[in-house]
Amino acid sequence: MTTAPTQNSFRNQPDERGHFGQFGGRYVAETLMPLVLELEAEYTRAKADPAFQAEFDDLLEHYVGRPSPLYFAPRLTEELGGAQVWFKRDELNHTGAHKINNCIGQILLAIRMGKTRIIAETGAGQHGVATATVCARFGLPCVVFMGATDVARQAPNVFRMKLLGAEVRAVTAGAATLKDAMNEALRDWVANVHDTFYIIGTAAGPHPYPELVRDFQSVIGKEARAQMLSRVGRLPDLLVAAIGGGSNAIGLFHPFLDDPDVKMLGVEAAGHGLDKEHAASLAGGRPGVLHGNKTYLLQDADGQITEGHSISAGLDYPGIGPEHAWLRDVGRVDYTSVTDTEALDGFQLLCRTEGIIPALEPAHAIAAVKKIAPTMDKDQIILVNLCGRGDKDIFAVAEHLGVEL
Amino acid sequence: MNRLQSAFSRGPALVTFVTGGDGPTAEILDALVAGGADVIELGMPFTDPMADGPAIQQANLRSLGAGTTTAEIFRIASAFRARHPDVPLVLMGYANPMITRGPEWFAAECVKAGVDGVICVDIPPEEDPELGPALRGAGVALIRLATPTTDAARLPAVLDGSSGFLYYVSVAGITGLQQAAQASIEEAVARLKASATIPVAVGFGVRTPEQAAEIAKVADGVVVGSALVELVAQHGENAPALVGELTRALADAVHGARSA
Repeated sequence: MTTAPTQNSFRNQPDERGHFGQFGGRYVAETLMPLVLELEAEYTRAKADPAFQAEFDDLLEHYVGRPSPLYFAPRLTEELGGAQVWFKRDELNHTGAHKINNCIGQILLAIRMGKTRIIAETGAGQHGVATATVCARFGLPCVVFMGATDVARQAPNVFRMKLLGAEVRAVTAGAATLKDAMNEALRDWVANVHDTFYIIGTAAGPHPYPELVRDFQSVIGKEARAQMLSRVGRLPDLLVAAIGGGSNAIGLFHPFLDDPDVKMLGVEAAGHGLDKEHAASLAGGRPGVLHGNKTYLLQDADGQITEGHSISAGLDYPGIGPEHAWLRDVGRVDYTSVTDTEALDGFQLLCRTEGIIPALEPAHAIAAVKKIAPTMDKDQIILVNLCGRGDKDIFAVAEHLGVEL
Repeated sequence: MNRLQSAFSRGPALVTFVTGGDGPTAEILDALVAGGADVIELGMPFTDPMADGPAIQQANLRSLGAGTTTAEIFRIASAFRARHPDVPLVLMGYANPMITRGPEWFAAECVKAGVDGVICVDIPPEEDPELGPALRGAGVALIRLATPTTDAARLPAVLDGSSGFLYYVSVAGITGLQQAAQASIEEAVARLKASATIPVAVGFGVRTPEQAAEIAKVADGVVVGSALVELVAQHGENAPALVGELTRALADAVHGARSA
């Protein structure tokens, strides 16, 4: 279905040491190193096991609701007056976002490894909800670490996780947001290595996480590629996806990386603006080491990590998955950024033209499409990953629009 | 014999950790030396201290909140070296502040400041090229960590390229919380010493002179950090005297273990 990687492929990263060029790697404390190596070995065995793939595929079909539809957006296309805009509808998945694809894959790995306790970090709560969901499905205890600031502003998702049987631990350390939640999850993992599996939510962290999260999320791009070929008989001209850690984007992009005519655009969160507070690690950061991998990070001259800001809690992270850092440096994927205000416009644009309320994360991708589509020909095709639905964001959006609910 | 070798040659050594820039660091370091500490670990503060428990996390944030920079850490180190020409000084911290200006820059600064060794929590042997060659090239010891999860197959990789001493993290966990059972420490130290040609120091969760004395019976060194850092948290400007008292008790216990 997808083209096989060739010698000059963009699809045969990482190397055997888990590096994507200079990025990625395994920058973890010694206590975790044996676990990370064990996970890599188990993942290698799982990839070669047809039963593992079959169970993953079955759960995605019957539990998650895949394949997600490929949708042509006629009124948005008409309004923008340029290229055709199509959406990969991953917001229709069970739990409302692409996050569940990865959680299914990782919990199957955890079970293979005989682990009996699951931990996860979450920012906005989407990955926490998806993790709590698969833990309920498989009957494993689940602890979700969430910054105390995020616990306060994402109350509905906190309640969802609790309904699903997860314990939500509010992290007060540091700035009490996503990066601190990840620190705390790593601390828990170090102290519970014997029985605990850490389900990381994005295509980042120590090798093999960036690789395996990408592989599990690549179902998005594999489906989209086949659906495009079957619906219009050709590949899209441009793929667009929002980027926080970058898991939905790499999931869409990866199966197309060796299609030279398909351009790709990742959209970071420019927050209040790149000269102010933002979460655009590629645009405003430089390479460094955090949370187990080397990648572009928001940091000061001394290498101290600075806080990201975005209207979207899901993009509010000071780093980015290492494969994106590499794809940017080798020039295969272009990256841009849009501000909070532009994302709010994109959010409303999709609501109004297509009757779809997107999450604030893909609203960033829509805002980028709003700028690009009019510059392209009408017979060209843009495919956007609609990676999450906006139910979780209506309170935040109302507040930003000055509406009292 | 270099300063680290000399410190461990006298029998079991007391290794003490405090976070640089948290409280009156120069006075605290002097109190550690006066109290009988054999090796000084100076923590480089980092925004995201993933391997540390609450006490050292908060010390990191207090230090950064007070405006501590990497340049300030090296100023503290240089001044310490001027005051204490013979006491080994080791920097301990996380990768990003160490490599952010390039590992050669960091190694050169260590040499200029009289730093004897470096402990980097999040650069395992697998990522050694990030820092190890620069330190070894500059003659600065790279002190690696071994943990309860470091099995026999992995130990040679941990030892390869490490020098100064081997820091045995006695619990699978973060700093300052749990305490390992003496029996498990004895078993691990015996296993490590069978392979290591450098001294083996034991840390994480060691808080009292009694614990330190027990460990010193089998190990070449005992590391105490969080208990000292907590004194700094509680007493701030008045911490040096109390740090000195606890250090004296720990040093007597560790040094007494060799004659006991």
